[in-house]
Amino acid sequence: MENFQYILPEIFISVSIMLFLLVGVFKKNSASLIYNLSNISLVILLALIINLSSLDTIYLFNNSYLIDNLSNYMKIILVGSGIFVMLTGSKYIQVINLNKIEYPILILSSILGMMIMISSNDLIVFYMGLELQSLALYVLASFNRDNLLSTESGLKYFVLSALSSGLLLYGCSLTYGFSESTNFDQILINSTEFNYGTTFGIVFILVGLAFKISAVPFHMWAPDVYQGSPTSVTLFFAILPKIAALSVFIKFLYTPFANMNDQWQTIIVFISIASMIFGAVAAIGQKNLKRLIAYSSISHMGYALAGLATVSNQGIQSSITYISIYLVMNLAFFSCLFMLKRNDKYYENIEDLSGLSKKHPILSFSLLIVLFSLAGIPPLAGFFAKFYVFLAVIEQSMYFLAIVGLLATVVAAFYYLRIIKIIYFDPEKEEYETSHNLGLKITLAISTIFILAYFIYPSGITEIVSKITMI
Amino acid sequence: MNFPILSSLILLPTIGALFILFTKSSSGKYQSSKYVALFISLANFLLSLYLWYVFDKNSIDFQFVENREWLSGFINYKVGIDGISILFVILTTFITPICIISVNSTIKNRLKDFLIAILIMETFMIGVFCSLDLVVFYLFFEAGLIPMFLIIGIWGGERRVYSAFKFFLYTLLGSVLMLVAIISIYWITGTTDVEKLYELGIKAEYQNLLWLAFFSSFAVKTPMWPVHTWLPDAHVEAPTVGSVLLAAILLKMAGYGFIRFSIGLFPIASENFTMLVYILSLIAIIYTSLVALMQEDMKKLIAYSSVAHMGFVTLGIFTMTQQGIEGSIFQMISHGLVSAALFLSVGVVYERHHTRLINKYGGLVSIMPRYAIVFMVFTLGALGLPGTTGFVGEFLILMGAFEKNILVAMIASLGVILGAAYMLWLFKRVVFGEINNQELKSMKDLKTFEIITLSALVIPILFFGFYPEPLMNSIEASVENTLTMYNFDLINSLASKD
Repeated sequence: MENFQYILPEIFISVSIMLFLLVGVFKKNSASLIYNLSNISLVILLALIINLSSLDTIYLFNNSYLIDNLSNYMKIILVGSGIFVMLTGSKYIQVINLNKIEYPILILSSILGMMIMISSNDLIVFYMGLELQSLALYVLASFNRDNLLSTESGLKYFVLSALSSGLLLYGCSLTYGFSESTNFDQILINSTEFNYGTTFGIVFILVGLAFKISAVPFHMWAPDVYQGSPTSVTLFFAILPKIAALSVFIKFLYTPFANMNDQWQTIIVFISIASMIFGAVAAIGQKNLKRLIAYSSISHMGYALAGLATVSNQGIQSSITYISIYLVMNLAFFSCLFMLKRNDKYYENIEDLSGLSKKHPILSFSLLIVLFSLAGIPPLAGFFAKFYVFLAVIEQSMYFLAIVGLLATVVAAFYYLRIIKIIYFDPEKEEYETSHNLGLKITLAISTIFILAYFIYPSGITEIVSKITMI
Repeated sequence: MNFPILSSLILLPTIGALFILFTKSSSGKYQSSKYVALFISLANFLLSLYLWYVFDKNSIDFQFVENREWLSGFINYKVGIDGISILFVILTTFITPICIISVNSTIKNRLKDFLIAILIMETFMIGVFCSLDLVVFYLFFEAGLIPMFLIIGIWGGERRVYSAFKFFLYTLLGSVLMLVAIISIYWITGTTDVEKLYELGIKAEYQNLLWLAFFSSFAVKTPMWPVHTWLPDAHVEAPTVGSVLLAAILLKMAGYGFIRFSIGLFPIASENFTMLVYILSLIAIIYTSLVALMQEDMKKLIAYSSVAHMGFVTLGIFTMTQQGIEGSIFQMISHGLVSAALFLSVGVVYERHHTRLINKYGGLVSIMPRYAIVFMVFTLGALGLPGTTGFVGEFLILMGAFEKNILVAMIASLGVILGAAYMLWLFKRVVFGEINNQELKSMKDLKTFEIITLSALVIPILFFGFYPEPLMNSIEASVENTLTMYNFDLINSLASKD
């Protein structure tokens, strides 16, 4: 009999999903109840995962499911940010009439899928998790079904994601065909010799993963989906799938394909550089904040991948630190977006921020901090995220990657500065509402203070992350 | 470990800023926050004077060193000062209260935010001069961009957005290469601690590239020709106080960086690139002096004169002689005082007449006699008349240059003449002559707070001009030490080549 206690978090969340579904079916008008219950269940889930995190590496179900430091850390930040995503979005979905029972349930199922992805140690288990999260995300993207943009984004995401899943599956089958196993560790053992089949497998799998993480050249869905989806879903898109996909990236590159780093390293470097440059340049002309943050997240993923390209523990750890800080910055940014509300309408164009600082000094100050941090200006948290990555990159003497990456930050700084300029230097517009729900305020306060005060004790995250070793 | 005096110096303004953030301001008037800011900055100034008093001027070691674990064990928060940095710290703490007194007239809206920005800026500036770790240095060096960007952008003139962007992006672009270099140094030597790096030294094969990376950052910040174009824009558009901070202190970060890092860490590369620095400095001195002659905007003229003066500084540093480096440091302090004073003086007339165009003025001597006197002192200080600080600096720099390269020194001396030309011409057109513009007649002479701020600057300019000994005393041992290490490294590298 397997040790079921180790997958208690997964079991718990599955049971909750089914339970909430039943409640939703039999109890009328239970949307808010389920929303709150889901949030509570996420908190319990977080507690359960933290409870497991003291354990060593554990293999389950014929080595197809793995719980180790990497998966625990990734799950903690995944569920943790899930809680904040739910907290910040609660008012928003009520205002735009999306408070339906399916919404929290879809989020929970998607989180379940991501947890399975993160812990998977087998191609089939991995694909199962991936599809569970993707299916939930398709529906979430088009959740505002009366809105043309939202339906478009759902459809677009579905079609392109299905294509990428197809490529990914093809890569998986090639890998299986040439290495005679679906188990990651077994693939590693069997793939000591070079053959084209596995190389093609790697390429196809990387294409699929790059799509999920929205890295160039598989990024084209991101701007439209970010813009079209309801903002609370955009926030979800901006953080959680990225955590899961990055975790899977690390797992694929450093477990089954660890011996073939000479083959995938160039690909990752290319994807990384392309994302950094493209994300920075394409964001310059944007007018919609959600679209802009889509491009910004493309370039941020470039930096996270740069850490992975180094083939060193330091690099992996820097990527994980990067994504941890990235998610806090995104939470803070979107919290600010949720506050741009006037007469039950949310504003999301850059122009709507004009002169914000005069009437809303605290909100603008938070935005200022977040934007400078996204731009990577010291002493804010975003600088340290980049610093760790470049520390790892330069350790491997990959100077080209480092210099291109840092020059891209200068380009990126331009469009962040443009937003700051509009907030602080431009003439003011109408006032926004100032009453916000507590969850939103707390999220914004916590994330801003985190970004601002990170430099006081910067070794906090790195010490936890330094336990994660893959090589 | 004793009382962390340097960290208190660095943190005190930030604490003050937080305090101001939470003070309730009586409607419309922000007097209370202004007094808090003034109190904090004066306290900081006194603290730095005390620091100078207890500072051992004969020691070549870094003093008041604090070393704390910071970045998970591999990079430490390390601060400390020697005879060179202490002067810059005092300059910073001295200029900041003057800026805060002068906000009275120049800043009309959002005074509270402005004071917070200035105090935060002070923290970063002191941090730059105190840090003894490359990463900590970079952190402070870059962080200063944020408040300065806001100062120019929010309270600046008409083209403030363009200038703020130009300032920010130029400086950032220069600095990112320095970050690459700093991280490379970490992996080459295993530390970014400046003291340890002085001992260990960096292998000759890496030095040239690393030097260039640091140079890219410092050259933009200095600013050296041809990357100086952000400075006139930033100066012209920044509010008076912003220009003062920019000219008096921000520009000195790069000169300080050259002495502390370029020469200290990469002696061989510094020797290799001496000619490059000479040429760029000479172009800066001659070319920007000529440009300054042609300016119609007073602030722009002073901005170009800053570029020329900083040209002298870089020239002096890279002569690698005791006189040259001492002169450069002296020139930086002097320029810090004089340019701050000049910008304040321009602010005085701008506030009354709302134009900075030179041809709108004339004959101020009969309307504002007191103003004419102080303005004359500053003009003479800027052109380096004996008896002002400007003379000591330029004289020592030229002495150092003559020792190394007579041609360079001769061309640089031309710059002194040009400097006299544009400054005197400016003075003549603004202060002397007929009063053509009848509106000028309504202008009032200096107000009390203006007398306080301007005379606070006149005194050190004249005092240290006649008696430079206290400043020289402070830097002598440290400069000597820097040069000894420099020559030692050079001889070693030559020996290893043979």
